[in-house]
Amino acid sequence: MRYWKDCWGVNSMYYARVFITLKKSIADPQGNAIKEALLSMKYDGVEDVRMGKLIELKLENPTREEAEENLKDMCEKLLANTVIEDYSYEILEV
Amino acid sequence: MKFGVVVFPGSNCDIDCYHALRDVMGQPTEYIWHKDRDLSGFDCIVLPGGFSYGDYLRCGAIARFSPVMDKVIEFADRGKPVIGICNGFQILTEAGLLPGTLLRNQNMKFICETISVKVENANTPFTNLCEEGQVLNIPIAHGDGNYFVDDSTLEEMQVNGQIVFRYCGPDGQVIEGRNPNGSLKNIAGVCNKKRNVLGMMPHPERCMERILNNEDGVIIFKSIINYLEGGGIDG
Amino acid sequence: MDKDLYRKVGLTCDEYEKIKGILGREPNELEINLYGVMWSEHCSYKNSKPVLRMFPTSGERVLQGPGENAGIVDIGDNMAVVMKIESHNHPSAVEPYQGAATGVGGIIRDIFTMGARPIASLNSLRFGELDNSRTKYLFEHVVAGIAGYGNCIGIPTVGGEVYFNDCYKGNPLVNAMCVGIIEHKDIKRGTAAGAGNAVMIVGASTGRDGMGGASFASTELTQESQENRSAVQVGDPFMEKLLLEACLELFQTGCVVGVQDLGAAGLTSACSETASRGNSGMDIDVSLVPRREAGMIPVEVMISESQERMLVIVEKGREDEVTAIFEKWGLHSSVIGRVTDDGMLTIRDKGVIVGQVPAKSLADQAPVYHREYREPGYIEERKTLDLNSIPIPENMNEILMQLLGSPNIASKEWVYRQYDHMVRTCTAVTPGSDAAVIRIRGTRKAIALTTDCNSRYCYLNPGVGGAIAIAEAARNLVCSGARPLAVTDGLNFGNPEKPEIFWQFRQSVSGMSDACRALGTPVISGNVSFYNETETDAVFPTPIVGMVGLVEDVDHITTQAFRDEGDVVLMLGVNKGEIGGSEYLKVIHGMERGAVPELDLQTEKKVQECCLEGIRKGYVKSAHDCSEGGLAVALAECCISGNIGAVVSCGDGLRKDALLFGESQSRIIITTSPDDLARVEELARKTGVDCLNMGHVGGSTLEVAINGHKEIDLPVKDMEIQWREALKCIME
Repeated sequence: MRYWKDCWGVNSMYYARVFITLKKSIADPQGNAIKEALLSMKYDGVEDVRMGKLIELKLENPTREEAEENLKDMCEKLLANTVIEDYSYEILEV
Repeated sequence: MKFGVVVFPGSNCDIDCYHALRDVMGQPTEYIWHKDRDLSGFDCIVLPGGFSYGDYLRCGAIARFSPVMDKVIEFADRGKPVIGICNGFQILTEAGLLPGTLLRNQNMKFICETISVKVENANTPFTNLCEEGQVLNIPIAHGDGNYFVDDSTLEEMQVNGQIVFRYCGPDGQVIEGRNPNGSLKNIAGVCNKKRNVLGMMPHPERCMERILNNEDGVIIFKSIINYLEGGGIDG
Repeated sequence: MDKDLYRKVGLTCDEYEKIKGILGREPNELEINLYGVMWSEHCSYKNSKPVLRMFPTSGERVLQGPGENAGIVDIGDNMAVVMKIESHNHPSAVEPYQGAATGVGGIIRDIFTMGARPIASLNSLRFGELDNSRTKYLFEHVVAGIAGYGNCIGIPTVGGEVYFNDCYKGNPLVNAMCVGIIEHKDIKRGTAAGAGNAVMIVGASTGRDGMGGASFASTELTQESQENRSAVQVGDPFMEKLLLEACLELFQTGCVVGVQDLGAAGLTSACSETASRGNSGMDIDVSLVPRREAGMIPVEVMISESQERMLVIVEKGREDEVTAIFEKWGLHSSVIGRVTDDGMLTIRDKGVIVGQVPAKSLADQAPVYHREYREPGYIEERKTLDLNSIPIPENMNEILMQLLGSPNIASKEWVYRQYDHMVRTCTAVTPGSDAAVIRIRGTRKAIALTTDCNSRYCYLNPGVGGAIAIAEAARNLVCSGARPLAVTDGLNFGNPEKPEIFWQFRQSVSGMSDACRALGTPVISGNVSFYNETETDAVFPTPIVGMVGLVEDVDHITTQAFRDEGDVVLMLGVNKGEIGGSEYLKVIHGMERGAVPELDLQTEKKVQECCLEGIRKGYVKSAHDCSEGGLAVALAECCISGNIGAVVSCGDGLRKDALLFGESQSRIIITTSPDDLARVEELARKTGVDCLNMGHVGGSTLEVAINGHKEIDLPVKDMEIQWREALKCIME
């Protein structure tokens, strides 16, 4: 990374949003409690509620590909625990 | 006079409050199920600590919509005393009975320890037997006790004497180093304008007996009884 | 059927043949899976059973020994204590927060399944050294997970232990213990009896989570198990709180015949074990089990380990009472079958039989293996310790400060500050003293609780190490003013198929058994966790002892804190200057070797009796056992807790480092007022215990002189900061 930056001196800013959710097969106590509350408040037709996390990041990288690669790595290593969580993300250039 | 301790699904200090009022203070006390809508006959309502609905969405956010809460709001509107402890405090802010909100502790961790609080206003139904400036040692146990309110409301609260307790050192000094959770101005407990609704993060019901090595909480409940017996407050 | 299916579910060829013999036919795929989970070590104890028979498990106070969801011990007045410890090591290694949380949830369910109200939790945690971010991450999140579950459900976490050693680096140990209180008449058991009675599942719905947790827990951790995604679940303490309250309310109706929580192997174990205990059968239909996910096949329903579920056997015709109570608490309950008298576990799917095996064959007829055992080579090699090669440090103040700041000795406040240890307002002695003490409301009684195990001793000498774990736990309780009553054990070892590991296991259990007999503390429940290994190494043998004691009168409650200026400091027992296997040797000299301290069980018993008698007579104002860090650390802890200094002296022919930091057993530091000194000395003489007058409490420094030369001279404040801040500094 350093190498590219030094060579080209052109890094772009990216704005990324990472969504972390529990894997489909994992029970979601929080979502469930919210669902029950909504139903008891007579919001009929609430079929399912799943709760997750939204993480917003600002990234400085030479290319979008590199930003994405980095982001993926962050998701795998830290942001999500892939034992119980799935992640998805979107990247926007700013 | 009769006390009512509300039981929400997930309340877990209900038994402790009940024990403190009935066994230690010798007061008639009953549990109130969160689906009950009849508060007649009660002179003081206690919203106990715990994790109502798991606190899964936001602390107190779901409990606030329990059927009993409409009646608690009415009860408070009639000027009768309502005390919310810990999760009860969070429910009261969600219900709009108290200003402000409780955020995650600054260190992002649950904190359980005995801590000093200073009585800032001894002229309430809950503190009328305290001295102003008195330091009480009371346990806290919460993950979301970081009190926050906007500047203009804070100013108003200060003018109205709505700040009832602040975290302090053993000598009563209100300093940042003695702020366990990041609360604005070290605020540990607040009341409404009419002063009949109190929310506090510390748990007075946890320090009522010699065997627990601390009896500082007794004065809070004694004050309520004193108030209900007509030993009123000024103005 | 896939010919190798039996292998995939963890069965051997012989075991498969045995199953064919039992059934008189080939098992189908569902049935083979049932045997796979039930005959795993985790569920069947097939490797450990013969060894576990060494434990004394009965006694006049034992109301329920091993074999149920939890053990029960009488505390008089028709009251009893229910307790158990259980490991959740492997899930915690891959998902520390949820792994630890569900461990706590599981053990709490074991307690209220017996009909008891859970009143306190403890836990014993072991991690690698805190010198890398992965270990810190595991430690931080395990603690947060225990806090998250225990705090939410409202059961105080009152004690336990945390140790750091690199043997746990790849395989941390997370053992959770829970204790409940019950009236004798309310005791429930996991028994299904009475043909026609309803089998109901209550609580959470069933999903694919935790699928195969049982066989998962029996495989050595490898790179693949890091990827083993579905075996860890998310705990729901809120659901469990509701389940707890609903169950306790339900039990009061008298319509419950038996009850069992759904833990390892889910419905399979709950159904087969309850039926087996009741000498009956069970006919259930998996299509009646409430599901969280679509498309689950019968085997998935049968072995799912979804949390917060219970199996309740209800008197025929009273099912509606159950439904009404669970509805009040916002929980589901469904009748999924009936008790039968044919001894078979019959499984249907929409009425069609999809599996049928004898219930007893799953629960009780797993093969039993007498594993080979052999003393590991390291034992002899590690025994030797050339004292002459260990330089005696110049400055003992520095050494003491270093020990006070080492993570194994330093205050665990960073940990227990995150646990609600006061909820239920019964915690008379909060974490940080020798044992936690919980009062029993409505009586003058209290119970004292502790967990203990020095696994370095167990590594160097599993037999003596195991005995010391029992002795120390009992000593901790005695120091709190309690008479030790009973043990729950969490036995954590490596792969039992390795003869060296099995030797460690046998030796440990044997040593523990001797100590249990000598001290009158039978084992009433427990858990075995094998395969605590990574590719490189096994953990130290870690037989964790959870122990409960009875404080007859709350006035006897005693802590380690020095109390009043002028009190006399005495030591019951003898300084032998043993530094083999000590924390001092490890921290200061980087060695884990040498002969572990001797333990003479008769001496131990006398020391404990003398201390307890002194407490009960009101002579003893504080009591603290000498353990890791030896005499000097114990004195420092007494001073710090009491916020007061002491001036003591001792001396004989021992090396000064061995005297100050050696970890000889059967020693208790007590204080007494000068007025009672003669009485205490007389009591010690009568019980045949050495009692050394060391000095007095007072001032604001700890001064220790050896042979008239002041070796330790430290302000209590300085020691306190070092001791209290160390762990926090490392973690923040």
